[in-house]
Amino acid sequence: MTNSRTLWKCAHLALLFAAMGIAALAAPNVIVAQEAAEATGEASVAAEATSEETTTEAAAIPVEFIVHNLWIMIAGMLVFIMHLGFATLESGLTRSKNTVNILFKNSMIICIGFLTYLVMGFNLMYPGFEDAATGYFKFAGFDFMMNGLAQASDPSFSSPEYNPSYTAYTDFFFQAMFAATCATIVSGAVAGRVKLSSFLIFSTLFVAVCYPITGSWKWGEGWLHARGFYDFAGSTLVHSVGGWGALVMAWLLGARRGKYVDGRVQAIPASNMPLAAVGVFLLWFGWFGFNGGSVLSADPGLVSLVLVTTSTAASAGGLAAAITSWIHGGKPDLSMALNGILAGLVGITAGADQMSGLDALLIGLIAGVLVYFSVIFVDAVLKIDDPVGAVSVHLVCGIWGTLAVGLFGAMQGPEQLVNQLTGIGAIGGFTVVFCLVVGSALKVTMGLRVSPEEEEKGLDIGEHGMEAYALSPTRMH
Amino acid sequence: MKKIEAIIRHFKLDEVKTALLLAKIDGMTVSEVRGFGRQKGHKETYRGAEYTVDFLPKIKLEIVVADGTADAAIKAIVDAAQTGNVGDGKIFVTNIDQVTRIRTGETGDEAL
Repeated sequence: MTNSRTLWKCAHLALLFAAMGIAALAAPNVIVAQEAAEATGEASVAAEATSEETTTEAAAIPVEFIVHNLWIMIAGMLVFIMHLGFATLESGLTRSKNTVNILFKNSMIICIGFLTYLVMGFNLMYPGFEDAATGYFKFAGFDFMMNGLAQASDPSFSSPEYNPSYTAYTDFFFQAMFAATCATIVSGAVAGRVKLSSFLIFSTLFVAVCYPITGSWKWGEGWLHARGFYDFAGSTLVHSVGGWGALVMAWLLGARRGKYVDGRVQAIPASNMPLAAVGVFLLWFGWFGFNGGSVLSADPGLVSLVLVTTSTAASAGGLAAAITSWIHGGKPDLSMALNGILAGLVGITAGADQMSGLDALLIGLIAGVLVYFSVIFVDAVLKIDDPVGAVSVHLVCGIWGTLAVGLFGAMQGPEQLVNQLTGIGAIGGFTVVFCLVVGSALKVTMGLRVSPEEEEKGLDIGEHGMEAYALSPTRMH
Repeated sequence: MKKIEAIIRHFKLDEVKTALLLAKIDGMTVSEVRGFGRQKGHKETYRGAEYTVDFLPKIKLEIVVADGTADAAIKAIVDAAQTGNVGDGKIFVTNIDQVTRIRTGETGDEAL
């Protein structure tokens, strides 16, 4: 490494940390983000509560609140497990010379995602719009969670005062896990050739700025919410946003070397199918929290319904993709079947609480068939190299799941369908523009790709100086 | 002394090993290799893209025997490893100049 290259890398890292440091230290005034429905005058964080008051408060907290809150906390932990799923799935479907790089990206995304959400993401996504119909952008300040221990005893944070079903901490914890999940969708699509530093900068901006702004339009009770757009757990807000990011970045990046020879698609087989399969099962498991927790209470009817619709769609998606792969491809492709399960899960996510078992079955079946042909279409027609099928699973099926709310279930109808299309279009448009701007800026300044030599040797050596599987005795020292 | 290198099908290893032991050949080295001769590969599909599997997994078996034992060893291998289909493998025989037992320092036929 030459001195100038080291200096350049240090400058980039310094810029990244400086940005986060400034964000953490800024804004002396305290603005507490509240659910729009809960906006009251009690918002000031004066930290006057004594220990006696706290005990009295604790004694007065209803059991229902404790149960609701407990479920959401556990659901957040289940969503966290999806990171295990993503890490293993992506490792399994890509080549072993890039495994350390994949795992590093996955590890950093959860760290960066959680921290940026802490510092600014939550208050960008839930800023408390005064008038929902004009809720396009608002920022509630940098210090939602950063006000020290005094906040912990403030009842407006940790009691039913904040919300009948969860504390502010639970709210933040659960939503932070979602944010990180969105960001990690991109990492699979850019695997094997993206430059680590460029990717980390993109991901930071993506999760800190892009995801919360579009999210605020619906879950933050902004203008899309006012319009009647519905996205129960994030087919659009999380999955299609991640999917658009994956599509734009994979397109800007270009394909892996050797993927297209004379315009024809070359197969680059997975390196570890057991890992990939384990990953999908972990994701399915995590989805119980992803959808189950999005009820935002422990309501027995709704949560149990959601668990049923979620699993029905997953099962239908897996089966449909497997059968389609068997018929169309001659032999059933495991990676396609696994993608099918995920497709069903993404497809039900927009309306899991609105669907009957039959609705969920149909949504899952269609998602499973859709994802199979989408993978081939993206690969062979669009000629965009997507090693794990992220675009097909998250973008295509995310759009499908969102539309399904207007086509099936309790909210079906042409009016709802229009609302769904509005949301898909608006959030898609914003996300694409954002990613094109950031991605292109990175492409012309730092570059998005590693060198061809590094790509051939593998990013594990090139970016990290280590191997994922140091199994050969000749390499051990 | 002769070195006998045999490329055989994966699942034939146990049979060949047993046959060689019966022929009083006690030592061997095996490695997992890939290769093709006239068998060539076959076409498969991965996520909609067709690809050719050229190099097929095989087992390479190496033994070093005294000159007189070579023919018996080759016959044992052929009988055990044969299926009659394309892809059964090949046997190569070369001369060995020297053999040493590392533990005792013995050389020549005593070291085999």
